[in-house]
Amino acid sequence: MEKFAPVKRSEDGQPVRYLIVDDSVFARKNLARMVESFGGQVVGEAGDGISAISEYERLTPDIVLMDITMPQMEGIEAAEKIVRDHPSARIVMVSSVGYQENIVAALQRGARHFVQKPVKPEVLYEVIKYVMRDDGTTVHGAGAGAGA
Amino acid sequence: MRMELIQPFINSADAVLAQGLESPISIENLSMEQEAYRRKGIAAEVCLMGEIEGRIIFDVDLGAAVQLASRLANVAVSETDEELIREAVCELANQIIGNSITTLNDQGFHFHVRPPTLHTSEQGSKSSEDTEALVMCFNTSSGNVFMNVALRYHGPAYERAVAAG
Repeated sequence: MEKFAPVKRSEDGQPVRYLIVDDSVFARKNLARMVESFGGQVVGEAGDGISAISEYERLTPDIVLMDITMPQMEGIEAAEKIVRDHPSARIVMVSSVGYQENIVAALQRGARHFVQKPVKPEVLYEVIKYVMRDDGTTVHGAGAGAGA
Repeated sequence: MRMELIQPFINSADAVLAQGLESPISIENLSMEQEAYRRKGIAAEVCLMGEIEGRIIFDVDLGAAVQLASRLANVAVSETDEELIREAVCELANQIIGNSITTLNDQGFHFHVRPPTLHTSEQGSKSSEDTEALVMCFNTSSGNVFMNVALRYHGPAYERAVAAG
């Protein structure tokens, strides 16, 4: 995986904290590897929408990467519930099902962005920088380190 | 089964497998089957409900599954890492089928998809006249990947298909 300039939190220079939500352990591991290569820290994982809500409450991550098609509660519904209680939540939908209707529904319910699977690291990296905006800063001249 | 239903799956498998393996793939064989599907390796099944109904089985030779899991996980995976291999096959199925569904939805078909589940039985259900199955065999640098697609139109989509002949 290529190396990316680390994206840190502007307020304290600490790594961006991620909650990764996907019913596939494999997908979660892959996303974790990617965000670590961006200098981020995975603070929690969840395998469905209901666990995502409770993990968000417990961890208050900087960014949630949320799958859509999941058992028990789907990602769009979980995103809506999280944003309703935490309007500043930054949720990026990450799904292989990326038709227009789905994307619009996700954005209308509070998601900040949408990334289609298979995820390209360089695409996710740009989306993370965009979603963090002024709350994130890119540290140039320092490799994130996790690139293998 | 109409080509408009099949083409998105061919395109998506081509794109996702080529990206995952970082090498080109080719379609080795296409055949229509009405017999029960016999699993060849590690398989995942996805069910569709709505204007298009049916199921898709994504089936990967064990050797190819090991290679795909290794490539996707970026670690050396052995045949004994069964859980990781199954997870990799399910995730690939999710990506390929999800991308196909995206295309079909954007073409105006409305339906819902369930998360992939492992297809563990040796033999799948028989397809019927109205849900005939198309079996595609993709040849990759790591081995063969099979996709068994048994879909039919339902509701308004069926009426549109009948009207169109």
